[in-house]
Amino acid sequence: MGKRLKMKVKKTIIPILSVALFLTIGLSLTIGKYPLCLADICGYLFFKLTGTGNMDTRHCELVSNLLLNIRLPRILAAALIGASLAVAGASFQAMFVNPLVSPSLLGVLAGASFGAALGMVFSGNWFCVQCLTFLFGFVAVGIAVAIAKMHKGNTILLLILGGVISGAVFTSLLSIIKYIADPANQLPAIVQWLMGGLSLVDYKTLLAAGIPQLVSIALVILFSGYLNALSMGDEEARSLGIRVERIRLFLIFLATMMSALTVVIAGMIGWVGLIIPHITRMLVGPDNKILVPASALIGAIYLIAVDNLSRMLFVVEIPMGIVTSLVGIPFFVIILRKAQKGWA
Amino acid sequence: MGLNPLIKIDAISFGYTQKAVLTDINLSITKGEVVAVLGPNGCGKSTLIKIMLGLLRPDAGRVLLNGKNIRKLDTGYLAQEIAYVPQIHKSSFPYTVLDVVLMGRIPHKTFFFRYSNKDLRIAQNALERLSILHLASRAYTEISGGERQLTLIARALAQGANTFIMDEPAGGLDYGNQLKLLDQIVKLSREGYTFVKATHSPEHALWIANRAVMIKEGKIVADGPCDDVINTENLFHLYNARVNVLKFNDGPFNVCVPQTICGCMDALDHCNLSVLEKSQKVMQCQ
Repeated sequence: MGKRLKMKVKKTIIPILSVALFLTIGLSLTIGKYPLCLADICGYLFFKLTGTGNMDTRHCELVSNLLLNIRLPRILAAALIGASLAVAGASFQAMFVNPLVSPSLLGVLAGASFGAALGMVFSGNWFCVQCLTFLFGFVAVGIAVAIAKMHKGNTILLLILGGVISGAVFTSLLSIIKYIADPANQLPAIVQWLMGGLSLVDYKTLLAAGIPQLVSIALVILFSGYLNALSMGDEEARSLGIRVERIRLFLIFLATMMSALTVVIAGMIGWVGLIIPHITRMLVGPDNKILVPASALIGAIYLIAVDNLSRMLFVVEIPMGIVTSLVGIPFFVIILRKAQKGWA
Repeated sequence: MGLNPLIKIDAISFGYTQKAVLTDINLSITKGEVVAVLGPNGCGKSTLIKIMLGLLRPDAGRVLLNGKNIRKLDTGYLAQEIAYVPQIHKSSFPYTVLDVVLMGRIPHKTFFFRYSNKDLRIAQNALERLSILHLASRAYTEISGGERQLTLIARALAQGANTFIMDEPAGGLDYGNQLKLLDQIVKLSREGYTFVKATHSPEHALWIANRAVMIKEGKIVADGPCDDVINTENLFHLYNARVNVLKFNDGPFNVCVPQTICGCMDALDHCNLSVLEKSQKVMQCQ
């Protein structure tokens, strides 16, 4: 890409992507098993807003139910999850000075899935499952951070090792839960949940998870100026007057919040946090001040599109986590080829 | 040297767990000095530099900047006074040269910052002073090692610091780029900037520094003007290498010639020094 063009892209990308996100949301409202064209939706909106128009009450109720209770929450959830994972991934990649890192680095996804399985086996109450999911996401990251804190030395390396350990522990614990789970109904429920999907989304969960996620995304965007310096390594960042330990811990907290909540909403959704920041970096360059917000928007658009695919590709809905992996991996292979030059 | 020291290193000791890396280091650096820190691998040079930057906490002693303990100073303020120019490195991300220099403005910022037009002007000005403004929009990962090192110096300038602490700034650079870098250091030191640089090359010290500090096994073994301190005896003590330091009457600086490669007299015969000898420029050869 030419220099001029790249500068232009940098300046206009955020408004363009915002418009694209709204168009994607609008378009996705029309996609589903029950055929509903854009004219129907416009007619419905017109009817609701002005109170006039030719719509009989039964059709209106059907459209209303379809749009507001079934399609919209799903679309919003997909957007939130995509944005959260992409922002968490982008900030981890900068913080750990490694473009191959994903939000699961410190064990948050392993911990959260263990928490979910634990709740499904021992409580059965859905709210309880969600709380345990969130809680164990944080416990896993806490263990990784504690392991790093116990030793003196290269903090980044120690954190990554701590994450490997913590992730391994919770993966083993998850296996134990699966082993003792009732194979008739509990085990399939756990397995399906871990494949990721949006079929269980409701407004209450969306609100409870969405607000902290949006706040976290906003805070990471506000702190994104520090990410550039952090990605030059600890010593340089510190010599630039940054309190590295404190800011990194805060950013890890935000990323954990976002990632754990994605598991609460939709189970395990892989590859998004790794792929999306990469693709965005190719578009807008590595400057985190633009990269982070652009990743959030592209992540949202991407996951809405993937959810549409998973709903419409086959007669039966396939779990979204499978689609993100199947789409993500070939993308990754292409990126690797391009990225050999220096992750540009 | 009657001036108040800019940086005073006061009885610093440091040890990784048990093994002592530095013991009882005392050093005063005056404004405008170019201090070369010499010593063999693992002598504690880099540790001393990291302590001066506040990156490592000494086990005993303190570092004073204008009389104030640097560990008690605000990190942002410290970064506005002392800048770090690390050893040549490659970023994992292809930031533009301008982006890298703009990072130097971070110490002047508070939370949630965005760079202003003033920051942009300061960064461009820094690039211009090092004659690398034309690189501004190039990727930092794609420019040469020498250009990368100049970029890091530009960042230090943008930081607004008056003291530059460098860890092997010329390490890994080709000969031409080493000279270019040294040239820039001399230029800036004439403008009043203070430099402390760890180096592996006594010659670089002879060329540009006005003071050499020699460290061996965590202790200062020599400290003084380069022409006095960098001599055959000290270099043998420091590196266990036999080197002659040739002094010229009216030449700009001394040069080192290894004995072990061709021998002292051979060196004079074979290294094109006979011309100089004829004109009686060689004063001393041990």
